[in-house]
Amino acid sequence: MRREVPLVITFVTGIVIIIGLFVPHKPFGEIQQTFLKWYVIIAGFTLLLGIDSLVITHWGKIKRRQPGFGYSVVLIASLAFTLILGIYSIIKYGSAFDVRAPFMYLYMHVILPLSATMFSLLAFFIASAAYRAFRARNVDAALLLVAGILVMLGRVPLGSMLYSKMPQIADWIMDVPQMAAKRGLLIGIALGQIAMSLRVILGIERTYLR
Amino acid sequence: MYKMNLLFLLVFIPQNVVAEDYPNDAGNAIIIRWSFPDSLLPYVRAFQIWRKEEGGEFRLRGVSITNSFLDDSTEDGKPYYYKVATVLKDGRIFESDISGPAVSSAQWFHTGRWNALILGVIFSFLILWYIRRAKRGEKLFLRRIPGLDAVDEAVGRSTEMGRPVLFVLGLGYISDIPTIAGLSILSRVAKKAAEYETPVLVPCYDPVVMTAAQETVKQAYAEAGRPDLYNEKNIFYLTSDQFGYAAGVDGIMLRERPGAVFLQGYFFAESLILAETGYSIGAIQIAGTSAITQLPFFIAACDYTLIGEEMFVASTYLSREPVMLGSIKGEDFAKIILMILIVIGVICACIGGKFLKFIEFFSSA
Amino acid sequence: MRGLERRIIYLLIALSVIIPFLFKIKTKVEISPPVMSAYNTIESLKEGTPVLISIDYDPASMPELQPMLLAILRHCVKKKLKIILMAHWPLGVPLGQEAIEKIAKEYGLKYGEDYVNLGYRPGGAGVIISMGREIRDIFDCDFKGTPVDSLPLMRNVHNYDDIGVVIGLEAGSVGDWWAQNLGPRFGAKLILGSTAVVTPDLYPYLASGQCQGLIGGLRGAAEYENLVGHPSVATIGMIPQSAAHALIIIFIIIGNIIYILQRRRK
Repeated sequence: MRREVPLVITFVTGIVIIIGLFVPHKPFGEIQQTFLKWYVIIAGFTLLLGIDSLVITHWGKIKRRQPGFGYSVVLIASLAFTLILGIYSIIKYGSAFDVRAPFMYLYMHVILPLSATMFSLLAFFIASAAYRAFRARNVDAALLLVAGILVMLGRVPLGSMLYSKMPQIADWIMDVPQMAAKRGLLIGIALGQIAMSLRVILGIERTYLR
Repeated sequence: MYKMNLLFLLVFIPQNVVAEDYPNDAGNAIIIRWSFPDSLLPYVRAFQIWRKEEGGEFRLRGVSITNSFLDDSTEDGKPYYYKVATVLKDGRIFESDISGPAVSSAQWFHTGRWNALILGVIFSFLILWYIRRAKRGEKLFLRRIPGLDAVDEAVGRSTEMGRPVLFVLGLGYISDIPTIAGLSILSRVAKKAAEYETPVLVPCYDPVVMTAAQETVKQAYAEAGRPDLYNEKNIFYLTSDQFGYAAGVDGIMLRERPGAVFLQGYFFAESLILAETGYSIGAIQIAGTSAITQLPFFIAACDYTLIGEEMFVASTYLSREPVMLGSIKGEDFAKIILMILIVIGVICACIGGKFLKFIEFFSSA
Repeated sequence: MRGLERRIIYLLIALSVIIPFLFKIKTKVEISPPVMSAYNTIESLKEGTPVLISIDYDPASMPELQPMLLAILRHCVKKKLKIILMAHWPLGVPLGQEAIEKIAKEYGLKYGEDYVNLGYRPGGAGVIISMGREIRDIFDCDFKGTPVDSLPLMRNVHNYDDIGVVIGLEAGSVGDWWAQNLGPRFGAKLILGSTAVVTPDLYPYLASGQCQGLIGGLRGAAEYENLVGHPSVATIGMIPQSAAHALIIIFIIIGNIIYILQRRRK
């Protein structure tokens, strides 16, 4: 019973939404919109689940004084501080994202730089990955290497300085061979997703179930 | 001169005003279209759409700045009449002839989606047919996928080193197919890890995925006969911020030093950060994603990469269940049909003329 | 790869980006067809036409996409278009607000009449599809809680039929949702701007006509800045980007030379 009920719900919901795609008449045409609205509402609530898990895990670490519990203290304190600041900003300014709000100050001067810093790590990692992995071991690897270099040069003004048609070469590589390969992959992935969705709807694939 | 001025002003009257039922909808909508010279649009402030019912008076229904207007407040079965008025920037108004009666109604079938229905039925039939053949005991061939063959080797390596296994499900939600595929691989990895008594760490981006992962791992440990080894705290929620998640996972990698890292799910820009950090700690890495933009990074930095649909067949490949093998075979046959359609489409596009209808049929939605 | 090698690479990359930035050199950038197409799409719109800009990125992608947003906003203001902001990523809301307030101050725009910020709603593709019927089904109020019906700009804007073009600024997969739903379902025009990593994913949509323009990465932002006649942060970023690319190519060449020498020794 515990497994059968979710399977039935999955099957019925899946079939109804597929019917809704082809039958615009009420109630089928609007069912998808209704289900999507329900999903939007439920999606907001799942955040509470996550916060609950986070707080319980780290509070447990602090109570048991596990190694590294200091970081858990920082995490819980930051969570509480951000929450209080956000609520205060909403009460005082009507929105946490108001330019005068202290929450916006925290966002602009802490969250923004931290996120941008993590993203900028990619510049370093791409250099080390390229140095290590872009070796002309065989014909395929050599082709990849040459194409990569041409696109890298074509995407910056340096390329035009070296050879005036470099940007066009880079655009051609992106427009033609790259897009052909990508389309092939996309079609394969789409078919794979159709097959997997069919397996989920029919109850053959059950790994996501409680 | 007067006649010429009058003729000149007549060009501002909207022409060919057609009001008809809006096709392929649930009713209560009429679309009004008209033609107006593009060269005169700079003189126009807006178009007014006036509507009246049988025996009633014209009332302003709405305003448009394009050459069409959707009136979505009609009653099905009731006739309506429309006229369109051009409002110039200097305030002058030019009204069109009356168009109508137009009656709205709901349609039982979306005629623009025949192509999706036909292809959907064919593909579903193929998948179900091959599942039936597999159930009857027919042997179906599946090619080798090195990344999946290496799963047992990776867990074994972690066990030898006395290190845990790290399983990263990426940034997808439970509604994403790559996440479901990742969970099926997690099931297999967890079962093997339970047999070898190796802990599996699963930091999660989404709380719902976390609960699904907890159940998957618990089930896997039970199937391996080691439910006592299951530790719920090893599968935990980290954060729903992309780079916060990347920072958290990197921290876990550098502190826990896992022997094997599985990156299976949907990834974005943080993929290379995770993969490079995994490389720097010397872990064996098996990645799999349908995010095409991240595949090059995984191929460069990981030992094995499951490309796109190879990830979706993982549960089938690892379990070798006949029913699921059948669905893979059906999928492959569907791909052959698509290839044939593409070749026919290319030929039709080259020939042109009436043959373009073949392409038009498949490009409408 | 040894730790020392890695550290030398990281140090050189850092220097190659920081040093050119200190000189703030602006360079002329050749305009590519996808960016030109995006520019022309906005250029063809009539004065007063509403445009919807979806901020689908967070601070991590800000360096590439914020200059793009600013350039597009300047173009919209020059064309006297009405601007509607929204977001599929919650952290996109303040980024959009920061950009529009900067432009509003520069050009004297009024909130509610010249621009509005509808804010963020979860739901992804669901939001896009629902907005095709009625925007108020999803956004009944703006990001401050003001009812949408009380905003003069939104009075005659109900769905995509009332919008000239949708511009999605993407750092993830939301661009796929826009491209797969907007044109095929609603027949609306779409321009996509994205980080360099995501751009290859969106090329098929440009080729198939599901989007009318594509602005890719910092280079695309620099091209757009040059088109609107306001070269700024993205254009200044071209020299450091060139230096970093050149350095990576040098590393690849050195790596291959070492590889060939090692193979010969074996």
